[in-house]
Amino acid sequence: MLQGNEAIAEGALRAGCRFFAGYPITPATEISEVLSVRLPIVGGTFIQMEDEIASLGAVIGASLAGVKSMTATSGPGFSLMQENLGLAIIAEIPCVIVNVMRGGPSTGLPTFPAQGDVMQARWGTHGDHPIIVLSASTVRECYDMTIRAFNLSEKFRIPVILLIDEVVGHMREKMVVDEEEAIEIFNRVKPTMPPEWYIPYEDTPSGIPPMANFGEGYRYHVTGLTHDVRGFPTSRPDEIGPFISRLHRKISSHFSEIQTAEFFQTDDAEITLIAYGCVARSAKRAAIEAREKGIKVGLLKLNTLWPFMRSAVERVLQTSKVLIVPEMNMGQISREVKRVNRGVSRVFTLNKVDGTIITPMEILCRIQEVT
Amino acid sequence: MAEITKLIHKYLRHDKKFPHVWCPGCGIGIMLGALIRAIDKIGYEKDEIVLVSGIGCSGRLPVYVDFNTLHTTHGRALTFATGIKLAKPNLKVIVIMGDGDAVAIGGNHFIHAARRNIDLSTIILNNNIYGMTGGQSSPTTPYGMRSTTTVYSNIEQSFNISELAVTAGAAFVGRGTVYHARLLDSLMEKAFLKQGFSVVEVIAHCHTQYGRQNRLGTAVEMMELQRDRSIPVEKAAKMKPEELKDKIVIGVLVDKELPVYQNEYEKIRERAREAAGK
Repeated sequence: MLQGNEAIAEGALRAGCRFFAGYPITPATEISEVLSVRLPIVGGTFIQMEDEIASLGAVIGASLAGVKSMTATSGPGFSLMQENLGLAIIAEIPCVIVNVMRGGPSTGLPTFPAQGDVMQARWGTHGDHPIIVLSASTVRECYDMTIRAFNLSEKFRIPVILLIDEVVGHMREKMVVDEEEAIEIFNRVKPTMPPEWYIPYEDTPSGIPPMANFGEGYRYHVTGLTHDVRGFPTSRPDEIGPFISRLHRKISSHFSEIQTAEFFQTDDAEITLIAYGCVARSAKRAAIEAREKGIKVGLLKLNTLWPFMRSAVERVLQTSKVLIVPEMNMGQISREVKRVNRGVSRVFTLNKVDGTIITPMEILCRIQEVT
Repeated sequence: MAEITKLIHKYLRHDKKFPHVWCPGCGIGIMLGALIRAIDKIGYEKDEIVLVSGIGCSGRLPVYVDFNTLHTTHGRALTFATGIKLAKPNLKVIVIMGDGDAVAIGGNHFIHAARRNIDLSTIILNNNIYGMTGGQSSPTTPYGMRSTTTVYSNIEQSFNISELAVTAGAAFVGRGTVYHARLLDSLMEKAFLKQGFSVVEVIAHCHTQYGRQNRLGTAVEMMELQRDRSIPVEKAAKMKPEELKDKIVIGVLVDKELPVYQNEYEKIRERAREAAGK
């Protein structure tokens, strides 16, 4: 029996995370606590920093020195991290940030769940930028998605945010982990050429340049300023344009590798629920119960929130004339669904912002309301 | 070849970096010279040096030198440096900050890095002003002085950066001025060799902003002011506090042995392994 937060810590260790910097915050603290015990055993490092700004700074520094690194927080801390998140994006330094969402804004509802940070995860740091955001609904998914977050982060040289909520973080479920089970672990591609030939931010067909770790003979400059291919600050339009375009292209040309979703009973569904996190659990139950009543309901469970899974929504639009998006905010993913839908089917929302989970009964009621 | 030419060839990056961003007459160049001479004297390999900076005039320093260099967000350099040092303890991590960087936006990180006694060397260029953004008051702008945001006079008391570092628990604290270049060489050498958190405060002039707004003259005149106001720490010890008003106490202010974070953490690893039976 593991908690979602504990499963995240276990997943991080399995993925090869050997550095964690964090600051205590409900409902994410268990991740810190578990890793403060486990990391020193495996030769890793845990450090409690003075705030969340410092936590992400240390994580990025450790990653640049070649160690897979992570931090975990909740809304208020995630707000503080937005500054250094931008640096990790522009300097292309892999790292994983877990945000166990609680009610907001501000100090909000520390011990109750919410899904209010979906747009913040996408757009929270300033400037136009790509990002990868994953979601999990079960304890096992917390484990798997943490490993996946590290893999994607290392592969695409980008911070990856794992967005769960208080329910998933604190829920206990049975989880079987086979230590022998083959799990794909991806490590960043390092340069193989001699240091004098290394161009740290050179464009490649994939858009992802190999990454040299500090202290391994490739001396180069890393900056939060827009930089040229050598990493040096530039204000030349002919260098900035291709650089920022590449940052976007390295993600937009790999959607199929990044995006995953679960299609449950969607093949013939006339009504499809689109959900993520703890609400996807209620939605699954609602879909099963609706079928028992003879209503053809399916569930599209989004495991990748950003980049948004346009293709998955388009797939369910082929059969479903009604889409319902239950979420614990005033409508963040539903806006994306409506954008993709473009009037093809009817899109309904089901929003709840009182700190309690959306129940299967509430979803069933909504299904009956709109049909 | 002159000694300085050899150092320039060995340590400066020659591709596309120059001219640098600093104003003619700026003191940062002297600080950079001292940094390079200290590194060269100790004999570090270029690969083992990591230079981390924040934002501002001083933040631009790392780009010119051929080390592992990281230009971070404003005030946060020490946090990145902490991660680098803990991930690769064999690297020599040197942090460059300005006064606004270190004790305004980064003040919290500064006192906590000192308290933790993590093995980082911190060099703080204190020129009493935000230079790059055009001369606004900083936490070290003295009471009564002018800046573009205190045109009627600064009514805040200023931070004494070195005393703050001492109080926060730094293992080594030294202060020099860019007038005393040789003192800077030796302070930096001592700071780099120190196990633990070391701070060198470099008093510098910003003649284009602070000096101009307060009618303190040219770069040379401001450096002469540094010379006239400086008191060696040994002499200052015998002086009364009122005599030291407006003086710059230079030299080694603190040099003490404290448990170093990484060494302590290694003990934690051993205890954790024992407890886990591994």
